[in-house]
Amino acid sequence: MTSPDLCDLAISVLHNKIKNREIKFSDIITSVIKRIKSEDQKINGYISIFEEDAINQAVELDKMMKNFEQLKPLSGIPIAVKDNICVKDKLTTCGSKILANFISPYDATAVAKLRAAGAIIIGKTNLDEFAMGSSTETSYFGPTSNPIDNRYVPGGSSGGSAAVVKYSGALGALGSDTGGSVRHPAAFCGVAGLKPTYGRVSRYGLVAFASSLDCIGVLGKTVADTAIIFNTIAGHDEMDATTINTPVKNISVDSNAIKNYTIGIPKEVFAEGLDGRIAKVIDDTINNLRSRCRNIKEVSLPGTKYAIATYYLICMAEASSNLARYDGVKYGLRVSSSELKDLYARTRDDGFNTEVKRRILIGTYGLSKGYYDEYYGTAQKVRNLIKQDFDQAFKDCNVIITPTTPVLPFKLGEQISDPLAMYLGDIFTTPANLAGITAISIPAPVFIDNFPVGIQITGPALGEEQILNTAKAIEEINE
Amino acid sequence: MNSKYEVIIGLEVHIQLKTRTKLFCACPAEFGGQPNTNICPICSGLPGVLPTVNQHAVDLAIKAGLALNCQISSKSSFARKHYFYPDLPKGYQITQYKEPLTTNGFIEIDGSKIQIRRLHLEEDSGKSIHSPTESLIDFNRCGVPLIEIVTEPEIRSPVQAVKYLQTLRQIMRYLDVSDCDMEKAHFRCEPNISLRPIGQKQFGVRTELKNLNSLNSVHQALDFEINRQSEILDTGGVIVQETLFWDEQNRVAGTMRGKEESEDYRYFPEPDLPVLVLNRENIDNIKNTLPLLPWQRKKNLKEKYNLSENIVNIILETKEFADYFDETIKLCDDAKLVANWLITEVKAVLNEKSISINEFNIIPKELADLLNLLRAQKITGTVAKEIFTDMVLTKKTAIEIVNEKGLYLSNDDSLLIKSIDEVLAENVDIVAKYKSGKTSVISFLIGAVLKKTQGKLTPQKIKDKILKKL
Repeated sequence: MTSPDLCDLAISVLHNKIKNREIKFSDIITSVIKRIKSEDQKINGYISIFEEDAINQAVELDKMMKNFEQLKPLSGIPIAVKDNICVKDKLTTCGSKILANFISPYDATAVAKLRAAGAIIIGKTNLDEFAMGSSTETSYFGPTSNPIDNRYVPGGSSGGSAAVVKYSGALGALGSDTGGSVRHPAAFCGVAGLKPTYGRVSRYGLVAFASSLDCIGVLGKTVADTAIIFNTIAGHDEMDATTINTPVKNISVDSNAIKNYTIGIPKEVFAEGLDGRIAKVIDDTINNLRSRCRNIKEVSLPGTKYAIATYYLICMAEASSNLARYDGVKYGLRVSSSELKDLYARTRDDGFNTEVKRRILIGTYGLSKGYYDEYYGTAQKVRNLIKQDFDQAFKDCNVIITPTTPVLPFKLGEQISDPLAMYLGDIFTTPANLAGITAISIPAPVFIDNFPVGIQITGPALGEEQILNTAKAIEEINE
Repeated sequence: MNSKYEVIIGLEVHIQLKTRTKLFCACPAEFGGQPNTNICPICSGLPGVLPTVNQHAVDLAIKAGLALNCQISSKSSFARKHYFYPDLPKGYQITQYKEPLTTNGFIEIDGSKIQIRRLHLEEDSGKSIHSPTESLIDFNRCGVPLIEIVTEPEIRSPVQAVKYLQTLRQIMRYLDVSDCDMEKAHFRCEPNISLRPIGQKQFGVRTELKNLNSLNSVHQALDFEINRQSEILDTGGVIVQETLFWDEQNRVAGTMRGKEESEDYRYFPEPDLPVLVLNRENIDNIKNTLPLLPWQRKKNLKEKYNLSENIVNIILETKEFADYFDETIKLCDDAKLVANWLITEVKAVLNEKSISINEFNIIPKELADLLNLLRAQKITGTVAKEIFTDMVLTKKTAIEIVNEKGLYLSNDDSLLIKSIDEVLAENVDIVAKYKSGKTSVISFLIGAVLKKTQGKLTPQKIKDKILKKL
């Protein structure tokens, strides 16, 4: 058996190899770039690749690094960044024609923190336009394919990030999760995808889709890799008034901790619309965990059946506001006209795709005079109820296990003309966003038609350690 | 004006707060500068940025609210107000809607209270500069903190409206929360106005006026609108609810947008900013820093110094001027004298040089020294004015000038007698006139002696001596 390529190894393994001077920083970058070159033409995971910058940084690190005892946690580790997160002096397109030429003059806080921890930003990944979608097919830069089978979608909207992590075109990636956009593609591509607690990671530099739901999340090959990246980007930020001001604990993942946990299984999960094969995998996995955790019990989340409707009302309303700034005046696409209103209309008509326009229109309607209370106002009330459901459930358990998605990956083009079906794919992921709590998707140890099944572990606010530990236990089932 | 109708006016005033930085970012909030130099990704609305609240702006708004007798909310939130315009880079303005910072205040004018509905914080927009061939935008002003102060529709005449604005501006200047310079758009007023037949309870249809750049325009535009609405009502017409744009040059108001074009701002709570929790202690601290306001000082001045309403109003016009008066009076205990000098001599210099009292080079102590010389009858009024002029020019003190020039009043009778003898000898014809009964000519003789003695003697003393001689 040939030894694996460097790019296929875990972050901690590479870290130790560097520390022991078995490899150089440039070896890692070379391996990753080689992989990108062989795979990305098929996958289209990247919108921009910073090959030269990355090599230069690695070479510089090789030159400068003298004291290997003081390696930073991500020194020389290539990380990909979803293209709706700003990286200084690089394109930040959001997968949209309207920002196809936009170069950000600043780094997002999460990106700055990655750099401070030694990471090398290797490229910007593809996404559904403005992160609105669950298949990464609606990008202006073309669809991304699932590395497991190129005929299938990688999920979305952080499909580019999930795909490049899966094919080892990066050792980890940032994504964004507004209603499941990190967990959904993680499930479809068979990688780990963490959505942190709302406010645990700064949103400064994340191009807003739905501000009260948006979270920067992490995609990693393993639970441990995911935890390392999360530790790096978490924390209070003066630039984001919605970040939480409690100290960050450096999480070191320990699956043994689950023996003291109570795992909750919501009785509402095995409802209509859930693929029976997925239901069985979840059941089997839970049974498998019983040897390590004896407290597994049923909990109830009655409000979650309203999650999709609530989620879409809120996210569309906020999107209609957040996307108002793309008007052709200051930056990005401009379709000229002698009339101001016409300039706006033409620019926005040409610059946004159908799905984005659909959401802006519905969202605008939902905020209009006379409709606000009925739609946005009501949605906020239901949102509170869903939050209370979780508060109640977490009195009785530490983590809650559900599927990540109700269906397995579908083929490219299969659902693109059925937005409702696409929206229903978010049924298990949106509740965590509405409640502002944390959740992770991790591949189950069983495959169906070659595809892994995503298991979602949800924790209370700031419960990242609990869900990472539980995810680690699931990861270990087949080891 | 047509007296069949009652005039109903409500005022919406925007005041730019005097903070070092903008409301939601760290950019300088100063006026002017090269276009688009005081901007950053946040105030220019780049993708991915977030606002953070400038606490100093919140404190200034609370201060303003307290001075206007408003209730300060314990919780206050921001909201987004949406409309498309090139100088609004985010496509929405961050303002306050459902939970304003302060509510229910009032200003007292001539004994009647004008109720203030709310006072809230919001960000300013940029500035569009239009020419026939192109439109340019300057984002420097984007995000500069404003307070919006809205009255109930309780103002009953253009005169009262202007009085309200003057009082409001004066209070804001006293608080030092704003310079309220209308030319620099620190202080902007948008009135709404309607008429109703006297005795009718229901309000008439109102119109809004925009582009009023001085108190004068406010007065003129309101007069114009009252006449226009009365004429329509007189002929049985209907007032259309609309926003009118005041044309300063032609003194007419034209339609800017009608009701059917009126915008739906789609307000919703700003998700990027947590609810502001206003802590009692902080509010109390701000309360303790409130200066005495004009109406409080007015009472003081009138009772303590027995000055006339008119003089008091002039002294209180600005806080700095009133402070100058207070400082001077501490060192020169003659309120009438100090008040007189301030509103005539000092004001004249300020007006001539177009400077404020803060930029005036004579400090209260020096002015008091000068006036004390006058009070002690060591110099005459005429000489005091000359010395004052010298002080303005040379920056020397009164004592220095008096000493240098030997301007003290003389007790030397020989000088006086000598001068009078000379004057009488030089003006034999005048003396003859006096003696023939035309006694009024004596003032000419006094003047001549004054001139000769270079102001070292008081006119009274000269008069006494001349009378004796004659």
